[in-house]
Amino acid sequence: MEILVLAKQVPETAEADLEITRDGADVEREDLVYTINEWDNYAVEEAVRLKEEHGGAVTVLTLGDEEAEDVLRRGLAMGCDQAIHLNDEAFLGSDPATVVRAMVKALGGRRFDLILCGVQSADQGQGQTGVLLAQALGLPYASLAVGLKLVEGGLVITRELEANTLEEVALPLPALVTVQSGLNQPRYVSIMGIRKVRGMAIEGHDAEGLDLAGQVGPEAACLAARRLSLPETGAGAEILSGSLEAVCARAAGIIREKGGLK
Amino acid sequence: MSGILVIAEHRQGQLRESTLEALGAALALAPAVGGEVVTALLADEPEALAAPLLTRSPGLRLLAHPELKEYNPEFYLPALADVVVGMAPALVLLPHSSQGLDLAPALAGRLNLPLVTDCLGLEWDGGALTARRLIYGGKVQESLTLKPAATVVVTLQAGAFAPAPEGVAPTPEAVRLTDLAPQHPRRFLRQLAAAVEDVDIAAAEILVSVGRGIGGEDNLPLAQALADALGATLSCSRPVADSGWLPKSRQVGTSGKTVRPKVYIALGISGAFQHQAGMKGSQTIIAVNKDPRAPIFSVAHYGIVDDLFKVLPTLTAAVKA
Ligand SMILES: Cc1cc2nc3c(=O)[nH]c(=O)nc-3n(C[C@H](O)[C@H](O)[C@H](O)COP(=O)(O)OP(=O)(O)OC[C@H]3O[C@@H](n4cnc5c(N)ncnc54)[C@H](O)[C@@H]3O)c2cc1C
Repeated sequence: MEILVLAKQVPETAEADLEITRDGADVEREDLVYTINEWDNYAVEEAVRLKEEHGGAVTVLTLGDEEAEDVLRRGLAMGCDQAIHLNDEAFLGSDPATVVRAMVKALGGRRFDLILCGVQSADQGQGQTGVLLAQALGLPYASLAVGLKLVEGGLVITRELEANTLEEVALPLPALVTVQSGLNQPRYVSIMGIRKVRGMAIEGHDAEGLDLAGQVGPEAACLAARRLSLPETGAGAEILSGSLEAVCARAAGIIREKGGLK
Repeated sequence: MSGILVIAEHRQGQLRESTLEALGAALALAPAVGGEVVTALLADEPEALAAPLLTRSPGLRLLAHPELKEYNPEFYLPALADVVVGMAPALVLLPHSSQGLDLAPALAGRLNLPLVTDCLGLEWDGGALTARRLIYGGKVQESLTLKPAATVVVTLQAGAFAPAPEGVAPTPEAVRLTDLAPQHPRRFLRQLAAAVEDVDIAAAEILVSVGRGIGGEDNLPLAQALADALGATLSCSRPVADSGWLPKSRQVGTSGKTVRPKVYIALGISGAFQHQAGMKGSQTIIAVNKDPRAPIFSVAHYGIVDDLFKVLPTLTAAVKA
């Protein structure tokens, strides 16, 4: 089975103190730590498991700057066989449709039995890239997979719907599937593992080489303007202050009273 | 181009509330955008589902075909592409749901239309759409202004727009589709309810809820101790269930359960929208998080900005005192 998996590098923001740049165009990136998008990590794991079980090869692809190579090395350490890096400043400011156009060019007619990627990325959370790529390649697809089974004639995908409801759909192959978190338990990647794949070649592409000069980046995107700000917190919470003991005593009192305990 | 097309959603024989929210958003924008607001309802027997729209949507297209009984993009796409091309609306609005996430990029890709997803606010100014959405797990807001385009596809976050009020009486236009050709044989097989549960977190009066901040399964006893002291039940955010630290039936949120306990204690939960949607109706919310800007504090009533590993033992002791 030939599998392609898309992986994106994103900043870890859950605990970061995010600041907006003065021009409102971006977040301050200096102090941010980068990692593989959580959803893509599940996709890479699934791709590698399918290969281990059924044979074949896995190619991991990313579009991102120099640093994003880490995501590819991580993928190779997890068991991917080949890596493709779309790396060019010209790609900055592209929208998902433009990113997909570049991916299609870089793939240049290569055929895969299955393409996997995360449902969405943890940074922009647009949830567009996978399904747009399926559409661009003319592939059948299913999104939000929490279950994936290879069966006679294709795949059975369990999709997660709202409120504890699931649905099963059958897909022929080749197909594209976007992966929801929890599909599997991704393996641990050690520094040693990443060191071992340091020497593996990565196929690189820039806009010019893909004949995309002037067709990517902000000019090609559907956006005229983008402004970031910190959201208003509204009334927000009353933050309990004082010593740890005082804060906890106060909180315990609130919980007892509001919870109807004596 | 003018007018707004709303794409209705239904499941298990019921129109989904998110449809009325999308229609509400459309009606609010309509005076600025101009043109009519039309809802397209695709089903095997759309008449049977249309009741809530018969008093709310100024225009109503009922598209009937046996294959439209359950959502399947292979049949939805060709049917909708015809509607969009025929109507040429300025905007196409859909809920940002499991269906919208599946359908909107395919529709936009197929017709080569710009797409903005998961929007919380929309403005229309002189032919340009500005959409407000949250990024980085809710910690940053972005405002996107689109270049002028004939038609823009937009998906809307659940709960962000008020449902459409009653007050119109449309004459539905019913169309029985005959040749609906799928591109690929994706097939709907069946719908299932999630696994059986060990406890019903929705029935608990007090929930002690843990997020990724709890760090690992080994730390759960710390939260369990607080829960025991309060006679409370343990619940969690999605990553905790994904990692198998707690069963899926304990998950709070859009893809888990909606809870409204008397007290909800959130420990190391950032407060992503999908989590908030499942717990913001709780009577009292107390959040413990070491990040003072965690979005959870915007829905919490009380906050403790500190390391939960310091707070938990002290809080448990204080409860027992
Ligand atoms: C379609 C879809 C459906 C989803 N459905 C759900 C759902 O139903 N429920 C759900 O919860 N999520 C859902 N999610 C995921 C959601 O987007 C978030 O990824 C998730 O809620 C984050 O969980 P978290 O807050 O536990 O983790 P994080 O966002 O990683 O936050 C961890 C928090 O813990 C804090 N922290 C860390 N260490 C400590 C410490 N020692 N002391 C104090 N605080 C600490 C950090 O500051 C941070 O705020 C869904 C996503 C998608 C795409």
